Parts: sequence; C-alpha cells; structure tokens
Amino acid sequence: MPETAIADAPAKAATGGNILQVRNLEAWYGESHILHGINFDVNAGEVVTLLGRNGAGKTTTLKSIMGIIGKRTGSVKFNNQEIIRATSDKIARMGIAFCPEERGIFSSLDVRENLLLPPVVRPGGLPLEQIFDLFPNLKERLNSQGTKLSGGEQQMLAIARILRTGASFLMLDEPTEGLAPVIIQQIGHTIARLKKEGFTILLVEQNFRFASTVADRYYVVEHGKIIDGFSNAELAANMDKLHTYLGV
Amino acid sequence: MQALYAQLLVGLINGSFYALLSLGLAVIFGMLNIINFAHGALYMMGAFVAYFLLSLGGINYWWALLIAPVIVGIFGMILERTMLQWLTGLDHLYGLLLTFGIALIVQGVFQNYFGSSGLPYAIPDQLKGGMNLGFMFLPIYRGWVVIFSLVVCIATWFLIEKTRLGAYLRAATENPTLVRAFGINVPRMITLTYGLGVGLAALAGVLSAPINQVRPLMGADLIIVVFAVVVIGGMGSIMGSIITGFALGVIEGLTKYFYPEASNTVVFVLMVLVLLVKPTGLTGRAA
Repeated sequence: MPETAIADAPAKAATGGNILQVRNLEAWYGESHILHGINFDVNAGEVVTLLGRNGAGKTTTLKSIMGIIGKRTGSVKFNNQEIIRATSDKIARMGIAFCPEERGIFSSLDVRENLLLPPVVRPGGLPLEQIFDLFPNLKERLNSQGTKLSGGEQQMLAIARILRTGASFLMLDEPTEGLAPVIIQQIGHTIARLKKEGFTILLVEQNFRFASTVADRYYVVEHGKIIDGFSNAELAANMDKLHTYLGV
Repeated sequence: MQALYAQLLVGLINGSFYALLSLGLAVIFGMLNIINFAHGALYMMGAFVAYFLLSLGGINYWWALLIAPVIVGIFGMILERTMLQWLTGLDHLYGLLLTFGIALIVQGVFQNYFGSSGLPYAIPDQLKGGMNLGFMFLPIYRGWVVIFSLVVCIATWFLIEKTRLGAYLRAATENPTLVRAFGINVPRMITLTYGLGVGLAALAGVLSAPINQVRPLMGADLIIVVFAVVVIGGMGSIMGSIITGFALGVIEGLTKYFYPEASNTVVFVLMVLVLLVKPTGLTGRAA
C-alpha cells in the first residue's frame, strides 16, 4: 500500500499551485547572522527536502517560516499571504505545523495529552482513528508519560499530533535522526501516505538516502543560502555534485 | 490534650494560607520563571478589597470571596503586562528585585493611609459560633477556612493536572516556544496564569481577614514563612506545594505545643535541613 503511494506521488505533485514562497529570507540568532537570503518555493501537494551540512541553516529556515526566530527579514508568503512579521501562534493558525528536530514531546504530559495538545486550527485534520491506523503503537501507549516512549515512538507522536490540527503544510525537521532503519522505513511510508492524503511537506534531512525515497524536489542549503535545486528525476544526474555539497 | 488540638487547628489554618500562597507562587514560577515577592502584598490587597467592599459598598463576605480575587487578579495582570513581561529571559534576580520593589510600594501606600494597626473584619453571620466536637471546641469559621482552602487547592490541582487548559499550561512551562508554534497565544496565557496565582493570594487574604484583621503588613509577615515553605516543598510541583503547605502549618502547630520557643523557627530549621539534603526541595524538579 505505501509503495503504491510512493509510485503515485510524482504525478500528483505538479498539479498544485504555489503554496509557500520564500524570498530573500535572512535570520539572526542574537548577533549571529544565520540566513543570508534564502529563496525557494513549495507547491501544494509536494514533498520538498532541504539538504545540506550541519549548520548550513536548514533548521533555521524552518524556524523562520514558523515565526520562532525573533529577528528575520525578507518575505515568506503562505497561500499568498505575507507572514514574515506574524507571530508563531498566528502562523500556526494559518495552517502551518512544525515538528521540531528534538521532537518536543512534553514530559509532564501523557501520550494522550501530547497528542491532543495542538489545537485544531482549521477543518480537514485527520480523525484520531486514522492517526492510530498510521501509528498503532501510540494507541497502546496513550496513558504513558510522553518521554517514556522510545525514540521512534516519540517521533511518531511528534508527527501524529500535528496531523489532527487541520494544518495542510507540515514542516518536519530531521524526522529520521537517530532512529533504527525499520522505524525510518515506517516514517517514510507515513510521509508517502500523508502526501497521498493531500498534505504538503517541507522536510529537512541529513539522511539523503531516506529523502530520496519520499521527496519530489530538493534544495541544497549552504552558508545560509540556497545554492542548488533539482527534482527527483534529475537526482541521478546530480549525484556527484550532491556528494560534494554534502561531503559524503 | 485540648491545647494540643487547638494548636493543631491553628496549624491547619496557617497551613491553609501557606498552601494557597505557595500554590500560587509555584504556578507563577512555573510559567513566568519569576519568584513573585509581591505575593504577600497581593494577599494583603485581597483582604483590603474585602474590607472596602464591606465598609464602602456593603458587599458581604461571600461576594468578597469572589470579587476580591478578581479585582486583585486584574491588578496582577496589569502588573504582568506593564512590567513583568519585560523580564522574560533575564536572570531570576531581576524578577525578584522588581516584585520586591512592587511589594514595598504597595505596602507603603497602604501603610500611609491606614497605619500599621489592624482594621476589623467581622466573621459572617452564617459562620459565627462554634461546635463542640467532644474532644475539642471548633470555631466554625476556622473549620470553614481549612475546608474551603483544601477545596480550592484541590480544584486548582485538578485544573492544572487534569484539564486541557492545564495541559497547555504544563506544556508551556516546559517549552513555551513550541506551544506557541502550535497556535496557542502563550503570552496571553502567561498573563492569565499570573492573574490566577495572584487571585489565589487575594482569596487567602479574604479568608484571613476575619481571623487576623486587615493590616498593611499582614502579607509581609506571612510571606517570609511561605517562601520557606516553597523552598522546602520545591518550586515545581503543584501537589507538592499543597501538601507541604498544610504539613508545615501542622508541624508549626505541634511545635507550639511541645516546644513553644521553637515554633517561629521550626520552618526555617526544616528549610536549612532540606536545602542541605535535597536542594531542589522535597518534590521539586532539578532546574
């Protein structure tokens, strides 16, 4: 089932309009200037992956879109609405959801509370049955303390909780980091299925092999700028370049 | 034996105030990361609001229980919006100094107009008199204070630990940035939390008015002990501050019976011992 979803995916990808438009995005952590003018687009229904080395500015890009980074300039348009000056709660309510690299599972909340924490921001979120269908482990552990889950289960919880909010644009920051191959595979299947459900996904990944199983397009981030971009079809032709960019 | 029960009751009453005040301090510390030294002054304001309501507006005790916490809570929220919110991310010391300054100003203003002696506040008619329990005589108002405080404490615990709103609060205590990125207006929640904590202090002030009279320095005297209670219980835990509050009141009462000379210091001696053995407090989390 998930395999067919992956096979179907590219055909549907090009149909959506431009949902996110990032222009000349700059961002600062305190005094340090991290992003130096990021430009890229995401179309509705696509899975787009930001690749790049550690410290290139991938996570900062996601956080700047989400409104978490205090000092940011340039333009971020979501569904043609400028959100560069909006606070993160407003941005979330427009339908963008963020799954942070550190997962952000709350230890003082049990699994059920963690799952139900993000408020529903608009209609169209996945119903709980469908979420449990995607992540059966979570259903069995609803009463456990959030941080008592395994790393893989925490990652699933972190993704699961943003699916019921109705946000249609998901930003996932390194969802496979530190996880066992079998779990990575499961997350890959999940992303493919979410794409099929109509979600648009912006992914940050170090694990290029994983990214290549789910992404439609790639952007390469280096020193706070997008230095290259190509589609999944062009991947083979760009392999050598990519190895140089990523240093692998 | 009568004297022992009497001291136990006094201990439970003091414990009620300790619990209500340290509960508010714990909630405020969790969300705002501020050690709210103004808590005693706001407790005092609660009692004064009740006094004004009765003497100026003829509004009775029962309404005061509701209105005083709301008025003082709104005053607290104004403090938070205009001053405390700017301290986000700064060292605890700044919050402590600012709230200490606020406490001194508020107390100074009240002292200027009302002196240091107490204003009387009558026990409401329905709670006058006492009951003979067989082993002791129980003034009804005092029994009411203990039971009502306990109910309010447990309701607050339930709100924070068992409801959706409480889950937002606990989550925002852990990671306000992420909670905000889920679409929750965290700054507004912080303001309301401060209002809630302050409202609990004001409620304790109303409860105490008929027992201790209404004095500008009533909070200053109490808050030092309450901070010791908070240190012993640990800042992080809601149930911890409730239990420690009542327990220390009782311990104080028992000390008054068995070794009266130590009754004013026993809480501080315990605080020193707890700090030596477990610096985060009995129920607190490591910072």
